[in-house]
Amino acid sequence: MEMLSLLADGFATSLSPLNLAIVILGVTAGLFIGAMPGLGSVNGVAIVLPLTFIVPPSSAIILLAAIYYGAMYGGAVSSVLLGIPGASTAVATTFDGRPMAQRGKAGLALIAAAVASFVGGTISVVLFTIFAVPLADLALAFGPAEEFALVLLAFTTFVGLGGDDILKTIIMICLGLVLSTVGLDLISGQPRLIFGDLPGFYSGISFLVLAIGVYGVGEVLHTIETSKSAPQVTPAKLTFREFGDGLRQMNRLWKTMSVGSFLGFFVGMLPAAGATPASLMAYGIAKTTSKRPETFGTGNIEGVAAPETANNAASTGSLLPMLTLGIPGSPTTALLLGGMVMWGLMPGPMLFIEQPDFVWGLISSLYTANFAAVAINIALIPLFVWALRMPFTVLCAMVLVLCIVGGFAPSQKMHDVWLIAGFGVAGYLLRKADYPLAPLVLALVLGPLMEKSFRQTLIAEQGNLLAFVERPLSGTFIALAALFFVLPLLKHVRGKEKKQVVTPAE
Amino acid sequence: MLTADRVIALSIVGLSVYFMLHALALPIGWEGSTGGPGGGAFPFWLSLVMALCAGGILLRSVQAPRENSEAPFFDPDTVRAVAAVAVALAVTIALIPLAGAYVAIILFLIWYLRVFGRHSWTLTLILTASTPVFLFLFFEVTLKILLPKGWTEPLFLPLYATFF
Repeated sequence: MEMLSLLADGFATSLSPLNLAIVILGVTAGLFIGAMPGLGSVNGVAIVLPLTFIVPPSSAIILLAAIYYGAMYGGAVSSVLLGIPGASTAVATTFDGRPMAQRGKAGLALIAAAVASFVGGTISVVLFTIFAVPLADLALAFGPAEEFALVLLAFTTFVGLGGDDILKTIIMICLGLVLSTVGLDLISGQPRLIFGDLPGFYSGISFLVLAIGVYGVGEVLHTIETSKSAPQVTPAKLTFREFGDGLRQMNRLWKTMSVGSFLGFFVGMLPAAGATPASLMAYGIAKTTSKRPETFGTGNIEGVAAPETANNAASTGSLLPMLTLGIPGSPTTALLLGGMVMWGLMPGPMLFIEQPDFVWGLISSLYTANFAAVAINIALIPLFVWALRMPFTVLCAMVLVLCIVGGFAPSQKMHDVWLIAGFGVAGYLLRKADYPLAPLVLALVLGPLMEKSFRQTLIAEQGNLLAFVERPLSGTFIALAALFFVLPLLKHVRGKEKKQVVTPAE
Repeated sequence: MLTADRVIALSIVGLSVYFMLHALALPIGWEGSTGGPGGGAFPFWLSLVMALCAGGILLRSVQAPRENSEAPFFDPDTVRAVAAVAVALAVTIALIPLAGAYVAIILFLIWYLRVFGRHSWTLTLILTASTPVFLFLFFEVTLKILLPKGWTEPLFLPLYATFF
């Protein structure tokens, strides 16, 4: 019951005129960012973050969370209208959303996506509210050893579950961690890795510089390469009859939507998994448990509902470890975490004790954002049809200008703007060569915490390395981390065994 | 694809060695007295892991080339467009401290929209004129973050007098 009163207090914060306006603004911006092919929540948050200095820190985080939320809704729009996912998280929505649009049911598909997103968002926000306090209480017992073990666990999920090339994943994690050590040594205060004796490196490499470089400039370069011709926008007309019809059809899909919501929420909590795999899994489950699986892929409304509930639930799920443990569950929440640290709101269990107004204001704003998103999404469908006709060259030019100015604004150093351009080109090339970028950004954000907790533990334990495994909680995390790390090796070995068995039979 | 994969892996090895040389400035070993690793240990050993993994990628590309290794890394049609934008971005950033952010951004937008994007002069001029106004009102007037002006500083004095 205490939780409900805290939540009620939170609504007092989030329903203030400023925060309500911010939620509506953020959701609308997020919807458009998500709807633009090539731009997803992570790009939107990276590009908009420097602009949020205009409001107080707590409202800035609410704005960014609202953008994150809106982008999840928006991703479906271009999946349906263009057949191109607006963000990778909406890939599964194209499977049935696009065929629906081609059969003249684009409006119905968009309504289904919006309603499904709303259901997924609502269920996951309730789950978030229930789990937040117990998890934060558990995290209160964490010392540096547990913090280190948990960060390690977060990284190993990329190795075990990320699905990318393992060597390339490890390289990106290490690169992010090494870049995070640039500047002054955390313990002794001595300068280190000051490349070329440039004074700009003394203050370290900000997560924002890397994020704007990789997700802003790099993304634009990638878009230039992949979008040779302007895509065809399918017109979507929306009538009240269609709206009612959509609601009636969705009413039959409660099972699919609840499965998608729970699945999305828990998969979203894992740093390496997140919204994209969650939505693909939800689609797969909906298809296999369906009585008529053959209709999937030809424009089945259930195939739109399943991934859309899951990706919205996953975005809420990834906020949970970020807020309660200080470990982001996705690249976008890594940026939110970086932003919060920048504003002096250190995420983790202490935040629930020291800043309950902010925490519960943010949680309650997820409820308002959800209502705002579904209403704005459906109301603005005609506007999306128009906005998606915007040529890429206009969009890219604006994003690049925002990257330059937004990269300059926080530190007011040209050094950072050059770094952004460098990271942009490097990120574009690495992405082309199949190096995953999410672990890089996560490693840069978590690097200082990882090094600090590692060295603090060893100093406190007089250099006893066994301290990490002797404590029950940190020992469990380390064991899990080890498991994730050997998982791909086991798969590899088993794969080889199978091959050996198959070969003689040939 | 194969060549590009090798070049990138080789550059990562080079980068790791460069990081390791820098990290050597601080102790990289175990500090007996205080307990725990020295200040250079974290970057040094992680760079080493990075170098080893990149070496592994190189080795793999020699031993067992992937199936799609024949596909070209760069599409000749699009690589020119990407390179043009990257160069334009670099020129713009280089110009900011000299001619000021506003001149640099206006020139960049004219190039991008008119020359690169082949849009009409109407659209180009509307966007080129409104973007600096928005940037000035947002960053300088509201956030009090001054963008570099370079040579154009004197032109802004009357504006400062109006807004501040």
